[in-house]
Amino acid sequence: MTDTTEKAARPKEAAPAATTARPRAPRGLRLRRGLTPWLFLAAPLVLLITFTYAPVANMVAYSFTDWDGVSPELSYTGAENYVELFTRPELFEVFFVSGYYLAASVVQIVLALHFATVLSFNVRFRNFFKGVLFFPYLINGVAIGFVFLYFFQDGGTLDSVLSLVGVHSDRAWLGTPESANVSLAGVSVWRYTGLNFVLFLGAIQSVPGELYEAAELDGATRWHQFRYIIAPGIRPVLSLTVILSVSGSLSAFEVPFIMTGGATGTETFVIQTVKLAFQFNKTGLASAAAVVLLLIILAVTWVQRRLVPDDKVDLV
Amino acid sequence: MNRRTKLAGSLFAAALLAAGCTGSGGASKGADAKAPVDPDKVSGTITVLTHRTDLVQDGTMKKYAAEFNKTYPKVKVEFDALTDYEGEVKIRMNTENYGDVLMIPAVIKKSDYPKFFASLGTETERSKKYLFTDFTAVDGKVYGQSPMGALPGFLYNKRVWKEAGITDWPTSPAQFIDGLKAIKSRTDAIPYYTNFKDMWPLTNWTYADGAVSCDPKATSRLAEGDPWAEGEDLRVGDSMLYDIVRGGLAEKDPTTTNWEGSKPKLAKGDIATMWLGSWAITQFRAAAKQAGANPDDIGFMPFPAQKDGKYCATMSPDYNQAVNINSDHKGAARAWVDWFTDKSGYAADNLTLSPVKGAPLPEVLQPYEDAGVKLIELDDAKGAEVKEIDNQSEVGIYKPDYRQDLVDLARGARKGSLDDFLADLSKRWEEARKSSGS
Repeated sequence: MTDTTEKAARPKEAAPAATTARPRAPRGLRLRRGLTPWLFLAAPLVLLITFTYAPVANMVAYSFTDWDGVSPELSYTGAENYVELFTRPELFEVFFVSGYYLAASVVQIVLALHFATVLSFNVRFRNFFKGVLFFPYLINGVAIGFVFLYFFQDGGTLDSVLSLVGVHSDRAWLGTPESANVSLAGVSVWRYTGLNFVLFLGAIQSVPGELYEAAELDGATRWHQFRYIIAPGIRPVLSLTVILSVSGSLSAFEVPFIMTGGATGTETFVIQTVKLAFQFNKTGLASAAAVVLLLIILAVTWVQRRLVPDDKVDLV
Repeated sequence: MNRRTKLAGSLFAAALLAAGCTGSGGASKGADAKAPVDPDKVSGTITVLTHRTDLVQDGTMKKYAAEFNKTYPKVKVEFDALTDYEGEVKIRMNTENYGDVLMIPAVIKKSDYPKFFASLGTETERSKKYLFTDFTAVDGKVYGQSPMGALPGFLYNKRVWKEAGITDWPTSPAQFIDGLKAIKSRTDAIPYYTNFKDMWPLTNWTYADGAVSCDPKATSRLAEGDPWAEGEDLRVGDSMLYDIVRGGLAEKDPTTTNWEGSKPKLAKGDIATMWLGSWAITQFRAAAKQAGANPDDIGFMPFPAQKDGKYCATMSPDYNQAVNINSDHKGAARAWVDWFTDKSGYAADNLTLSPVKGAPLPEVLQPYEDAGVKLIELDDAKGAEVKEIDNQSEVGIYKPDYRQDLVDLARGARKGSLDDFLADLSKRWEEARKSSGS
């Protein structure tokens, strides 16, 4: 992942190239050698095909039918579902909601980066804080949804805490589209900051310690260290996180589905797709919508990779 | 590089192959589940799929099974309780393995019933004895039987309504709203509770259909015309819901309501009214007992509309029990369906309507009988068409979404006017009706 591991790996890569000149092994041995990696790969490949590729292929196939999800009869309707999708602009309006999650992921990345930087230096109770920050990510999403429903309830946790500090808010947090979306995005920040934090922390810790020492000798402040050592050092992880955040924002689902079910203007594209499939029994159309979402995410990722190419990090 | 593309290619081919294998099993068509003549000759183990997880857990279903075994000693009944009944059964029905007896999930199209279930007999013959037969009838044959029926109505706290000075049931939506206003000004109770967050309670508003017009053909009218035209049942119901919320007569924050929590609240008088079904009365009485409130405070009143001086209430079936067409023990399965409907006492235990014609009303509905509420059995001949239009239009009269939007509109969390909102529903309904070719 980082330059140090890559460097360590390089000599090993070079080694087999030097030995290719040795005499060919007997046939049976060669066959066995050829098969060995496949034997190791068999289990993951079977799992990957059954649980990832087969369902995706199935979904693509269904997207060309008018299947209702249970009837034994289905007919191929060609590209009709896709035509319907693209002639109904209201189906794409829900992507506005993703804007809230996108804005939230900026906050999330900044927060995670801040904490990861602070905690990578020697701070008191460092491990305790690491645990605290990572903890929300370990909780099941459904449980988080329920907990935060109580949190946002009229007279619930949030209102009580605010009244402790003298703010008597009398508002329904999930009551209007704006405040509901901001609240839900806030929950998702709470939930995923821990994951980003751990990724950043791992990357920061693989930056060689001598660099900081040298920088300190040269009189660099903490901010300089961050700006010239840490930030460039973790660039690949940073860009990976951004990609994950963008695709996560486009496909936000669990938190809003459990907490509001998409009511009050909090419907995301995935919730809409689920409703098409399981409420109105339009499995074909929903599959097409899922395929479109997949393509959108692939396209966004591709553009991002184009804008920010994955350079090799070379600090030393 | 070359090798990698080859690998990816074969992966994809394998995936496609796997996709091809997952078609649904071919369904044999049109089997019958005949009622056994001699109870001692029926044998086998049958599995009953049920949504009543509560009754399986507390052993009530086992008691029914033990009672059943007194008549059919050689049949072993096993229960499979599913929490997410609709979701799980739908997936299981892609195979042949979906129990011997099951409740027909709402997602199955009526026209597909003969492919999934064994027929219980002809409609002419069954309708002599049972209610709700046309809800599952396809081409004159009946495929399911609901073990109980329910009436829609307002659950209300009698004490609170009395404190507000109202003793007679309101007879029009306007009177009803005035009643709620009186409750708001004279008591501390929340006049009406939407149960917005739990969603399904909002779908109950569709059962205003038939209660307003008193027309047994109300469902057919949905399939034939515009349900939100002036004076139509759904428009009356939806406008009333709108007015309740608009007038600030519902809970302050609908988005964080809690169904389980709402039961003791109504029992204690913190909430005055909720629009549900008669099946809920037992649950609310139990909640009252648990909360130390008086169970007799829980009342039940019909939709505030009268035709010729009489209230109307529609009888509607619960889940319909059916026999799996692939079952190896159709006789035993049929025996269970019949016994459960006729002799188990399930309907009486739940204080609901018995599907057997001529059975007395449960005691909780005595006030309905005293007030002369006309019970009408809706004609479901066009029920399948209505569902088809409903799905096609994505309006969802049997789903909570549009009512949630309606409540949001009334609260001001959504822009627009009620007329535009209902006109949009009409438009979508109309378009779907035309495209589905009815």
